[in-house]
Amino acid sequence: MNLLNQIIQGLLLGGYYALLACGLSFMFGVMRIINLAHGSLAVVAAYLLWLLAEPMGWHPLLALLAVLPAMALLGWVLHRLVLERSARLGALVPLLATFGLASVIDNLLFQHFGADTRSLATAIGTLAYDSWELPGGIYVGQLPAMVLVFAVTLLGGLHAMLAHTALGRQIRAASEDADTARLVGVHTGAVFAAASAITMVTVTLAGASLAMRATFDPFSGPQQLIFAFEAVIIGGAGSLWGTLLGGVVLGVAQNLGAQVHPQGFLIAGHATFLAILLARLCASGALRSFFSTRRQPTP
Amino acid sequence: MSALLDIGSVDAHHGQLPAVRSVSLQVHPGDILALVGANGAGKTTLLRTVAGAHRASSGTLRWDGEDITCLPAHQRVARGLALVPEGRRLFAGMTVRENLLVARAAGRRGPWTLDTVLGAFPQLQPKLHARAGELSGGQQQAVAIGRALMTNPRLLLLDEISLGLSPLAVQGVYDALRGVVGQGTPLVLVEQDLQRVQAVATRIVCMLEGRVVADAPAAELSRAQITAHYFGAQRPESARTVHHAGSPGEASADNLYKVAA
Repeated sequence: MNLLNQIIQGLLLGGYYALLACGLSFMFGVMRIINLAHGSLAVVAAYLLWLLAEPMGWHPLLALLAVLPAMALLGWVLHRLVLERSARLGALVPLLATFGLASVIDNLLFQHFGADTRSLATAIGTLAYDSWELPGGIYVGQLPAMVLVFAVTLLGGLHAMLAHTALGRQIRAASEDADTARLVGVHTGAVFAAASAITMVTVTLAGASLAMRATFDPFSGPQQLIFAFEAVIIGGAGSLWGTLLGGVVLGVAQNLGAQVHPQGFLIAGHATFLAILLARLCASGALRSFFSTRRQPTP
Repeated sequence: MSALLDIGSVDAHHGQLPAVRSVSLQVHPGDILALVGANGAGKTTLLRTVAGAHRASSGTLRWDGEDITCLPAHQRVARGLALVPEGRRLFAGMTVRENLLVARAAGRRGPWTLDTVLGAFPQLQPKLHARAGELSGGQQQAVAIGRALMTNPRLLLLDEISLGLSPLAVQGVYDALRGVVGQGTPLVLVEQDLQRVQAVATRIVCMLEGRVVADAPAAELSRAQITAHYFGAQRPESARTVHHAGSPGEASADNLYKVAA
């Protein structure tokens, strides 16, 4: 029964990871950009929410409604100023640029807000710890359950948007062949900027659920980025439903690891990620070709 | 009649290499203009420069009197200038229907809709929900032309639409194009098959090493004259032929070799 409990709690945690990873996966799938500032941007959203909800006393939902468009706008600007320019220079430059951006964000947050850990848990009242009791004495937190349902809805919505709307078609066309997309009238710059804005909306929602279900501090970003990155890789890069699966696998692995040993939470997550990464590399033959080129003497 | 498209001494480069050198050309409503020339003569680069996929290093492009030299490609499409690129360049992971619909992004309304395009290319009807990458070459070319038509162009640029297709498929594509011409849309086409060029075009422009070496009504150019311009071997007497200084040089010798091989 305890095992079942850990799996259920892992599933719920996986919902949060999926929500966190969906923006990373979407941006990689659409623009082939790995945004290393992803976690830090989620923490920015968390701070904005906290700022409105705690010192200013807004209702958290109202604060979320205000922060969502602001973060979407930030995504647009970020694309125009950083991502678009750096992506033009090759695959490595956006990695460096967003890594630098993450450092800047983390340290600005530290400078402004200090090292205190914050949380929105106090602003949402009993929702922070309310739960449903399942038969067998298993408790399911209402907030984690809502986050899981929300993650599934969001991923489904993004998937439907890509598959069935004019914007979705333009995003897919631009991501497949931007040059040709322009030749059939797609304003690829605007389409990618819109995709960045959509990504920031998902990042904001991830930041909100981080702030509500746990605590955060100025340097929480990189840790969130690692979880998101692991979920994306486990589920298969660029696939939205794969991301959901990846998040759940990561969450379950971490909870089962914690069951084995108190230190097992992170170790089991990372080990699962590495095992799946290795399995993918072996399956694609990349590993074999890597070693065979290494072994060959240079002519 | 004023020109729909006015290319004024346009140069275009691939890095250091000049691909289009001081080309001046006008396209009028009703023209079916064929660009003829050997590989590397600059035909594709000229079309891509006109469409906005390649930057002109100097010269001006005028569209209906408006200077469009600096407009990005998607804004040129919005004004009615559409290119069917060489190699078709479909969005292979998307369905035929999605490939056609994405061209609505140009925001031009007109006679060409999903229904009328499917009417012009009935072979696409059963393939509507198949991935574009899974179609035969002829069907893919039909999708590529249909996709360009979905932008309701006022001028259609067609780059090597018979490349890699069976003779039967080429015939099918040209039969369908006849319907487009029937709508009065002017065409600029790059085509290697001289027989077909002479059957379809009203005007033939020969390019050699980036320059226009002949520009004449189709009826006034004989096959031998076109072939001569194609290789730049001799300079036949012909009406409105623009000669250029400079020897044919190595490039055309290379082309001769390619054709012979």
